[in-house]
Amino acid sequence: MDLASAKVIGAGLAAIGVGMAAIGVGNVFGSFLEGALRNPGAADGQQGRLFIGFAAAELLGLIAFVVAILILFVVK
Amino acid sequence: MAAEGSGIDPMHQFLVEPMFGQKLVLHGYDISFTNSALFMFVTAGLLWLFMLGGLQRKLVPGRWQAAVEGMTGFIMDMMQTNVGPKGKAFVPYVFSLFMFLLFANLIGLFPLGIVPGWHPFTVTSHISLTAIMAFFSFGIVLAVGFWKHGLHFFSLFVPSGTPWYILIIVTPIEFVSFFVRPFSLGLRLFVAMTAGHILLDVFASFVVQGINSHTPLGCVVSVLSMLMIVGVSALELLVAAIQAYVFALLTSLYLNDAINLH
Repeated sequence: MDLASAKVIGAGLAAIGVGMAAIGVGNVFGSFLEGALRNPGAADGQQGRLFIGFAAAELLGLIAFVVAILILFVVK
Repeated sequence: MAAEGSGIDPMHQFLVEPMFGQKLVLHGYDISFTNSALFMFVTAGLLWLFMLGGLQRKLVPGRWQAAVEGMTGFIMDMMQTNVGPKGKAFVPYVFSLFMFLLFANLIGLFPLGIVPGWHPFTVTSHISLTAIMAFFSFGIVLAVGFWKHGLHFFSLFVPSGTPWYILIIVTPIEFVSFFVRPFSLGLRLFVAMTAGHILLDVFASFVVQGINSHTPLGCVVSVLSMLMIVGVSALELLVAAIQAYVFALLTSLYLNDAINLH
């Protein structure tokens, strides 16, 4: 296999991580809603924590995206 | 490059280029006025106008003043819940940070491309800007922490009430997680904006190429891509606001660590 095709395959594999982060972000918001519907009174106070969890889950997906971009455009 | 021959070049929109023709070089440094600098000025100018219209100090606020007060109130609430009463001193910094990033993100989505030869430039899609902002936040956290607590600030790496044999593992982890903060803070905003704009550009070129192919299938692809752009644009508006909010929120949390040390 030459380097060009290996690069494209590697970038595609790295993009799986973005989908995994999508599961994580969905889990964060889903769990929040699950809790919020049980106790709507406490939901507003937890919005900051919701976004902290969202930011942490999303960051890992974004890092996977950066890896894909690095493989595609930077690796010679 | 990935898309040779097909004419899709989604990275071109991030090119920093001098505004007035040739480059201005001083002592080997390129100091020319770039499109990045122009859009930073536009962002700062619009933000200044927005605040100017809202600082009327009327007893019964008009619409504009209500909008500005809503924004300041939002950030003050955030600092109050995350830092407490001592956080009030940092509201101006976090507010400026939040508003600048919000305006920069939204201006980057402004459909300026309908004017031929123009295109909007998202200043936050460059890590050179977001990293500097993240290092500002981190620097303020360090300065405040050492100012208020002196060398006792290092107890940030030692969670209270942890047995010593756990501390051997926990302290290095806390140390690394503390010093990764500025990088993760800058990287998150930069990548989120870059990814969204690449996505928009790719689908936009699908529309053009679908029409240019002069086949029925091409037209179907074109229409579907156009619908996708509408959806992705709405998502990007949401992401622009959320990323600015997350940046301000994490800054306030890091400040909380420095101000209310355990």
